[in-house]
Amino acid sequence: MAAQEISLISSAPPRSSLIDRLHGLVVTVDHKKLGLMYIGTALLFLVVAGLMAMVMRWQLAIPNNHLVPPDVFNRLFTMHGTAMVFLVGMPILAGLGNYLVPLMIGARDMAFPRLNAFGYWMFLFGGLLLYFSYLGAPGLSGHGSAPDVGWFAYAPLTGRAFSRGHSTDYWILSLLLTGIGTTVSSINVIATAVSMRCRGMTLMRMPLFVWMMIVTNFMILLVMPALSVAQIMLLIDRYLGGRFFDTQAGGSALLWQHFFWIFGHPEVYILMIPGFACVSEIVPVFSRKPIFGYPVMVGATTMIGLISMGVWAHHMFSVGMTSTGNTFFAISTMLVAVPTGIKIFNWLGTMYGGKIHFEVPMIFCLGMLFQFLIAGLTGIMLAVVPFDWQLTDSYFVVAHFHYVLIGGLLFALFAGFYYWYPKAFGRMLNRKLGLWHFWLFTIGFHLTFDTMHIPGLLGMPRRIYTYDAGRGWETLNLITSLGALVQAAGILCLVINLLRSLKKGEVAGNDPWDAWTLEWATSSPPPEYNFETLPVVRSRRPLWDLKHPEDPDWKYEG
Amino acid sequence: MTNEATIAVGQNALDWKLPSSRKAAIICLILTETCIFSIFVAAYVFYIGKSLTGPTPREVLDLPILSTICLLSSSVTITLAERAFNRDRIGRFKIFWLATIVLAAIFLASTAVEWHRLIYQKGLTISTNLFGTTFYSLVGLHASHVIVGMCLLLLVFILSLRGHVNIMHRERLQMISWYWHFVDAVWIVVFTVVYVIGR
Repeated sequence: MAAQEISLISSAPPRSSLIDRLHGLVVTVDHKKLGLMYIGTALLFLVVAGLMAMVMRWQLAIPNNHLVPPDVFNRLFTMHGTAMVFLVGMPILAGLGNYLVPLMIGARDMAFPRLNAFGYWMFLFGGLLLYFSYLGAPGLSGHGSAPDVGWFAYAPLTGRAFSRGHSTDYWILSLLLTGIGTTVSSINVIATAVSMRCRGMTLMRMPLFVWMMIVTNFMILLVMPALSVAQIMLLIDRYLGGRFFDTQAGGSALLWQHFFWIFGHPEVYILMIPGFACVSEIVPVFSRKPIFGYPVMVGATTMIGLISMGVWAHHMFSVGMTSTGNTFFAISTMLVAVPTGIKIFNWLGTMYGGKIHFEVPMIFCLGMLFQFLIAGLTGIMLAVVPFDWQLTDSYFVVAHFHYVLIGGLLFALFAGFYYWYPKAFGRMLNRKLGLWHFWLFTIGFHLTFDTMHIPGLLGMPRRIYTYDAGRGWETLNLITSLGALVQAAGILCLVINLLRSLKKGEVAGNDPWDAWTLEWATSSPPPEYNFETLPVVRSRRPLWDLKHPEDPDWKYEG
Repeated sequence: MTNEATIAVGQNALDWKLPSSRKAAIICLILTETCIFSIFVAAYVFYIGKSLTGPTPREVLDLPILSTICLLSSSVTITLAERAFNRDRIGRFKIFWLATIVLAAIFLASTAVEWHRLIYQKGLTISTNLFGTTFYSLVGLHASHVIVGMCLLLLVFILSLRGHVNIMHRERLQMISWYWHFVDAVWIVVFTVVYVIGR
């Protein structure tokens, strides 16, 4: 009787009014809704922060441009960087983790559904608070607007004397809020993966996606405090007259840099590992082979997590550390390349001899592999101390980390969107628009960021709001800015595709890609309870076992 | 999901048992809290002896022996309370639980007295010098954790007086006591760094 009721509810969802649906979003504790809310909100912030980047590129397209004044430009790059890291990257990874981890491990929800909702709302209000600074920061005193201290907010720029008004306070408080949200969401994902796995899902049978989510969330727990604490110290300095970063009272501006980068560098890997997670799920399915070297992938991910916590000061080679310090951080930075290289080889090994299906998600993964390799190589170049001394704070560095975060991470996330959209909404994304998106975005990306390396090598510093003609930077900057336009056109294709396919996409069915992990075993979109009966697994590819009872995986796995 | 094949082969896994999600979560929480304290401790150690003006720790700090004894013994009383609870001796549980609260209160009160003396007699505030800044923030962070713990303890105590605490809450009480042990362990580090090494 009860089962009948449930199937009735799931087969005919009642049409509800807009108010009802909004109310449903506000009160929901369902991990799937929250996951999509995370990703949807993050995409909104992506568009806003992306438009800010467009304004900056417009400003830099020609020399001696006065489209925006310098102070506005400072706010633009600060808000762009902060939003992209904390309001786009982090929530997308939280969203993917929320949506997919319970489905992949065969659970009905997260371990703590209400905590999950709390995390989302902290993120949302933190993000809104950051943008509210444009209106609220001047306050009664009339000083300041949005934060303008750069996304790493070096002391002493953030001190009371140099940052009047409340702009820096908005930066601190909004990130503290999102930090709390991120921390509880990490605790939740780990507790879910540890305690809610379905019968037979041992640690070494978990999908690699879940493994990598565990690693990335552990890293959040370990390094997020460094940022939060540094921000609390800054608040103490600004409001209680503390001396932490007050150099005139013996405080150290360098300490802020250490604390920030103890968080800031692992943060890059926290963002990147979910990208790896998407690729590790997508490449095997479209190569029609199980992942090559599963245990090695787990080990390499863990190694990346561990090593990346000991590399932070490579952001600080130019501040004058001891040569011992420089050597240590140069070597440890290069060491990260080893497990990362292992991963790239394992993905290639998965494709090698496979029957590759060039669907849109796979094409994005191929782009990611190629671009992430280049990003890693410029990373190793920057790990060489003298090279870094020459190029630090130049556009070469900007090009490098955009190569990592766009060429690597964003391509992997796009692959994930095309791959899991059918699961979340029951309809396929349009392939033709997807290919337009891929090619426009890839061409635009390479126009912008391949070119951007060169003005860096020619000595163009980052964060300048304009430059004189005659330095040989003009053409390069123009190409960079034009590339940004092409990228924007690509993003437009994605947005149209995402919205249009909601209603008009081809109906996907439960398992459009003939995939092997548990999320494809339930309907698309999954019912609120995910699985009618909780699944039981005996291998890493439970759906393969189900589809091929004559040749199941568990016969071969140890 | 219909997976007759996997269900049929999965019967050998009847004894499937995973760690409690509550324990996993509280361990994660303690882990991230440990990192928070580590950064404050690192800042404290980094700034030892770097203040440009007085007062110095040696001039103003006294060893908080009494409060340390109280806080550390509260770890013992909460363990005793838990043990009594597990043996279903609720009266004994309430006594030891209350003792834990009282010991925590003594700790907080002596911190208050210490801070009052430092602020009004010795003139050390959070903005006086680096020592003041790092001292009040580190010790204050710990004290705020004691306050949070005490709120949890009080909540349980009030509920137990009204008879709402029963054997179903066993794991929750255990989590509170884990948190409490963590707060005590942090005090050992803070004590060592602030009152022994830093003086």
